[in-house]
Amino acid sequence: MNFDFDVIQRSWVYLFSTGMSFTLELTGLAMVGGITVGTLLAMMRLSSIKSVSFAATSYVNLIRSMPLVLVIFWFYFLVPYIGAWIIGANEPIRVGAFSSSLITFILFEAAYYCEIMRAGIQSIPRGQVWAGYALGMNYWQTMGHIVLPQAFRNMIPVLLTQTIVLFQDVSLVYVLSITDFVGAAAKVAQRDGRLIEMYLFVAVVYFVLCFGLSALVKRLQQKVAIIR
Amino acid sequence: MNYNWNWRIFWDASPDGVGTYMDTLWSGLIWTLATALSAWVMALILGALIGTIRTMPNKWAARFANGYVELFRNIPLLVQMFLWYFVMPELMPAAIGDWLKALPNSSFITAVICLGFFTSSRVAVQVSAGINALPRGQKMAGTALGLTLPQTYRYVLLPMAFRIVIPPLTSEFLNIIKNSSVALTIGLMELTARARSMQEFSFQVFEAFTAATLIYIVVNIIVVNLMRFIETRVAIPGFITSGTAGAGGH
Repeated sequence: MNFDFDVIQRSWVYLFSTGMSFTLELTGLAMVGGITVGTLLAMMRLSSIKSVSFAATSYVNLIRSMPLVLVIFWFYFLVPYIGAWIIGANEPIRVGAFSSSLITFILFEAAYYCEIMRAGIQSIPRGQVWAGYALGMNYWQTMGHIVLPQAFRNMIPVLLTQTIVLFQDVSLVYVLSITDFVGAAAKVAQRDGRLIEMYLFVAVVYFVLCFGLSALVKRLQQKVAIIR
Repeated sequence: MNYNWNWRIFWDASPDGVGTYMDTLWSGLIWTLATALSAWVMALILGALIGTIRTMPNKWAARFANGYVELFRNIPLLVQMFLWYFVMPELMPAAIGDWLKALPNSSFITAVICLGFFTSSRVAVQVSAGINALPRGQKMAGTALGLTLPQTYRYVLLPMAFRIVIPPLTSEFLNIIKNSSVALTIGLMELTARARSMQEFSFQVFEAFTAATLIYIVVNIIVVNLMRFIETRVAIPGFITSGTAGAGGH
């Protein structure tokens, strides 16, 4: 058996500039979108209006009982129809690979971020909400100025841990033949017939990144912890 | 918008020769459950072992177990699938590698091994969290009574810890069922793959995916209720603290 790790030297620029940049961009945007939608979902779940909280709970439970691969397929086919419905077109519109997977990941991860934010909001003593109302603040002011800033701070480590999971999950866009980091590596591997070297390299890169990030999150956790 | 709904498609014959599209999805479900259950058995055994080692006083043993957990946690499942399927047989001696590749259900076996190791690291985290959730006095009392360390684990710590970790293990079990869908990348014809192939042959995208989604939801509900039943049967009276380790993950 002969190894040829030269293939990595030949292709690493392509792997990182095309593949990894796609993965990172998708991870970053999906994180921002997912946390935003997730926070809104969490607020809906905790709403005193029954129908609102029921809708949010059903959505979260539905998404959480489906495998990500199936959700990716769902949205890949569904998004063109929804787009057509929004702009009133007759034919399903064409949606690029990036926007399609971005929508998928925002809506999928939102269900998971929602559960984290719900725990964060519930960790704030009820008295603070009442104090806000007593001061004459409305719901959005109380949430925006009092509850959410603390909830975020309490949950930063968990949110970031979930983001590392998201970073790993992005690799599943491979099933749509998109050139993310794994997709790029798979293309080079098949072209050059160097599967062993490429997949080992991909594994090492992911391991180093995720391990390093988790270590950072752990340190951050000690830093941001609110002393009570 | 013009999409031709055709819910009767499930009774049409499918080109893969299994029978109707309904049979196609059914056999997908069987493969999903077979993969998830076999991998779950493996994950439980390995995870209990590694999780216990993580809490041992021996520094090197704990370090090894931590390394094991980090290794399987920090590589995406998809990449791990590829490593087991494409890389592993090549790194073996040629004879074993060829034998592995020629196995009739090689993608099933690979998926089970991969999911088993992947999930075992998560089970290990829960098990060691369960052991650590026990009051320190229990271990001390065990050794004070003259039990050796293995005996303390065997008769005092583990029986408690295993019962405490059942609730968090429920979500890991749900995860392994969902994660088995990643095995479609190495050619395992499980439920999601079957739905996808049904979509490709029949062009009835949304019917196929709706059916698969409903099946996953039903499986989820059955598992949750089954585990809730087990939980109430084995719950330790008066012991509410569950050894849930950091949330996150699917």
